[in-house]
Amino acid sequence: MIELENVSVRFEGRRVLQDLNLALTEKRIGVIGLNGSGKSTFARLLNGLQLPTEGAVTVGGMDTAKSGKDVRRQVGFVFQNPENQIVYPIVREDLAFGLKNLGLAKADIPVQVERALERFRLQHLIDRRTHELSGGEKQMIALIGVAVMNPRLIVMDEPTTLLDLRNKRRLMQAVSDMEQSVVMITHDLDLLSAFDRVLCFHEGRLFDDGAPEAVIARYQQVCEEC
Amino acid sequence: MLSTYQETGSVLHGIRAGWKLLFLVVLGSALFWFERLDLIVVSLACVMMLYRLARFSLATLWDQVRPALLLLVIIFLAQIFLTSPEYAVLIVARFAALILAAALVTLTTPTSEMVAAIEACLKPVRRWVPIEKVSLALSLAIRFIPVIVSITHEVREAQRVRGLDRSLFAVAMPVIIRTLKMGDQIAEALDARSFENSGDGK
Ligand SMILES: Nc1ncnc2c1ncn2[C@@H]1O[C@H](COP(=O)(O)OP(=O)(O)OP(=O)(O)O)[C@@H](O)[C@H]1O
Ligand SMILES: [Mg+2]
Repeated sequence: MIELENVSVRFEGRRVLQDLNLALTEKRIGVIGLNGSGKSTFARLLNGLQLPTEGAVTVGGMDTAKSGKDVRRQVGFVFQNPENQIVYPIVREDLAFGLKNLGLAKADIPVQVERALERFRLQHLIDRRTHELSGGEKQMIALIGVAVMNPRLIVMDEPTTLLDLRNKRRLMQAVSDMEQSVVMITHDLDLLSAFDRVLCFHEGRLFDDGAPEAVIARYQQVCEEC
Repeated sequence: MLSTYQETGSVLHGIRAGWKLLFLVVLGSALFWFERLDLIVVSLACVMMLYRLARFSLATLWDQVRPALLLLVIIFLAQIFLTSPEYAVLIVARFAALILAAALVTLTTPTSEMVAAIEACLKPVRRWVPIEKVSLALSLAIRFIPVIVSITHEVREAQRVRGLDRSLFAVAMPVIIRTLKMGDQIAEALDARSFENSGDGK
């Protein structure tokens, strides 16, 4: 569904990603790599928040540089920092925001919001002030705010950093129940064991690509050597 | 407006936000229309009574005036010198009544209802005013002002644990930088959740 052709990204002349050629068709794709290796930049390419300096990224045949808006309807994105993606003061309103943008009928929105919270067993948060949520709760709400919009692919940038064990399990359960495709960046290597494919980045290059066990094993080995 | 809402389950909490805003407009106009001390003092007393009706304590009432206290004192003293003591009392009572009434409305109305009521008020002029955007802007303000306040606390604490005591400049710089960065990220998040940016799709 997503294709990258000779993609490079440069910030002020510094190469952050180079020569990526990839076709992403699997339903569960993990992304790993050291800090600063380019994972977040790669993720942002997938929905056109970041445009390639060279090459092209296409989503379902659409070029992200040309049809950013349509791409973003298909590719949901959960950012590394939940604080700035929750934009309404009350949980219920925030979850309704994306649905309104999709043009859903006003009457249908509350049902969808409740159903989404139920799926993560977080119904009790519905009337809470978003400012007062704990870090992990914010992270879950940010994720649900995207999941509720039902995009075809959800990109998650380290979605479990603030979660306790219970919410981490709920999140992974929800991920494995989802019909949508998922691309998940994480430093929590255990989470990826059931994934279809794992990409490993190193200094802006695709360093490794394949089945989770093999890729993770090589990554751990390389990390120990250096 | 900034999430001061307190649930006590009183009658006032049950009244529609639109009526409360209307009440505020009418009371405000009346207070400034009539230059009569007796009427103004009666209004002030009535507003205070409404606090009791809303089941708020005297402490809550006091909390609402306190931030404006210094200003009220300055106005009072200025009016004594410039006009007469009687007029000074009138002016201060007028402002106090208005502040208390406005605070009462925010105390008894959830912000979401307030935003919805304002949206409804704007309906007749929707051809000239982008209602969706006004309401998003209001919500963003309500959502992020507390965040900026906590950023300020965080910065101050981070500096204090590293031995830097109060310096306005030292606090202001990181707060401004972080706020700008936050603005960028919020804009991206709105984009990522398909908020229509006036339809031109940058
Ligand atoms: N807007 C930007 N301007 C300049 N440099 C940037 C920008 N965004 C990212 N970079 C640089 O690109 C490199 C890759 O960053 P990226 O955020 O993609 O790393 P990452 O793999 O997600 O790291 P982490 O695991 O720490 O989240 C870093 O060296 C970073 O400093
Ligand atoms: Mg990152």
